[in-house]
Amino acid sequence: MTTTAATDAQIERDAEGFFVHPEQWTEAIAGGIARENGIRELTNRHWQVINFMRSTYLETGAAPSIRTLGKASGVPIKELYQLFPKGPAKLAAKIAGIPKPRGCI
Amino acid sequence: MGGGTAGTLTANRLRRVYGQRAKITVLDRDDRHVYQPGLLFVPFGLADPNRLVRSRRAQLSAGIDFRLGEVEHIETAKDNVYLEGGEAIPYDVLVIATGASLLPDETEGLTGPGWQQRVFTFYTLEGAIALRDKLRSFEQGRLVVNMVDLPVKCPVAPLEFCFLADWHFRQRGIRDRVRIEYVTSLDGAFTKATCDRELSGLLAAKQIEVTTEFSTGQVDGAAGRLISWDDREVAFDLLVTIPLHGGAQVVGRSPGLGDDLDFVSVDRATLQSEAAPNVFAIGDATNVPASKAGSVAHFQGETLVANIPRFLDGHELEPTFDGHTNCFIETGFGKALLIDFNYDTEPLPGLFPERHVGPLRLLRESRLNHLGKLAFEWIYWHVLLPGRHLPGISARMQLAGKELDSITIEGSTR
Repeated sequence: MTTTAATDAQIERDAEGFFVHPEQWTEAIAGGIARENGIRELTNRHWQVINFMRSTYLETGAAPSIRTLGKASGVPIKELYQLFPKGPAKLAAKIAGIPKPRGCI
Repeated sequence: MGGGTAGTLTANRLRRVYGQRAKITVLDRDDRHVYQPGLLFVPFGLADPNRLVRSRRAQLSAGIDFRLGEVEHIETAKDNVYLEGGEAIPYDVLVIATGASLLPDETEGLTGPGWQQRVFTFYTLEGAIALRDKLRSFEQGRLVVNMVDLPVKCPVAPLEFCFLADWHFRQRGIRDRVRIEYVTSLDGAFTKATCDRELSGLLAAKQIEVTTEFSTGQVDGAAGRLISWDDREVAFDLLVTIPLHGGAQVVGRSPGLGDDLDFVSVDRATLQSEAAPNVFAIGDATNVPASKAGSVAHFQGETLVANIPRFLDGHELEPTFDGHTNCFIETGFGKALLIDFNYDTEPLPGLFPERHVGPLRLLRESRLNHLGKLAFEWIYWHVLLPGRHLPGISARMQLAGKELDSITIEGSTR
């Protein structure tokens, strides 16, 4: 467990940097986490995804998968990879302050 | 709805509970019940395809009605299932056991040039047979096994395929001329962190290369290339794909029933639909975060067959399904692994099913586990489908016999 450098608040994150308590997240923190992960600035398109992730998580208790994002977030998969390089579902979840999307085995 | 593993075992168990006091109808679009765990062995000539298929009707106990028909949609507000052509079948309780479907067309180019020539899947009987014929004449080159994305049926099957391919080419004396590469959308070869830790040595020992976090966006069968959404490429001479999966289309056509991938939204512990209290789902058809595997359907069966009578009698449902999953993993050379886990507990090493006795070892390769996997075919037709209890194996995962010092609870790692 670590606390984020993004703010001075005591925010608990797991070994990979995902929030343990999603309620500790604020919009202000998101920008800091994005920068830690190489995204210099969060655009409106980033926010569209982040907001979708958070609302889906709060509604269903699970972070949406990349397929769900591609179908339902309004941002196509190709662009998701441009906005959140490498693993969009994972990185967007990290920035949105929700737990890591768990693949079902 | 559905005369596969989950639907059949549910109907047979309910029949045993109710006898003639309930009218049970099983609906399916055909009368071919495929023993799906056998598909993995077909490409290597280790299973006879004709022996994997039996009549669905013949697996149902006397007194259960079996009907052929294509369901158009379900209206939970009217307690009706509508067949194509308009006939309505009313129900007091509906169990949706329509499984998972393969969606190869959702990946650009996958079923284009090269499909069934250098691009195959063993997840259908026809595909497994075509792949068997291709493998026989495959002498050298790059074999790529690609899991496009979760969820998939039997998530260890792609790795088992790699292990068996390694064995197959070694037996033919041409292993040095074939590269085997496993390409996955996940960040590890196995979907569970402990498996990854304990078992990644197996892949290295068998010289199976692993490419992770590769999210396939396009397949170019003509040129033999997988292309990811972030423009990485993997070349292949022979591609074995595990295509995207979704739920049954009928779920999508029935408002309010499923999630965005057409899996039925249910309570993960009671298996009751979120759309209507008299609708339940079981097996691969549900959206619960457990494996899509026969063992899961078996364990869920116990929950369902307790909860349906409770619902009909006006009692509260029991939240008893804990995500229990139990899988044999074939590793080639007559050996296999066994893993046992649930929603909250990762697979652990130890002995199964009896503490100190086993005889099966968890998370370790052994000959006995392989024999267990072979014996499972008999168990499937004669114990699992009839809905009988498996001696010594409880629906809830047991911690006894497991080495708890290596325990991992959901969320604490990875």
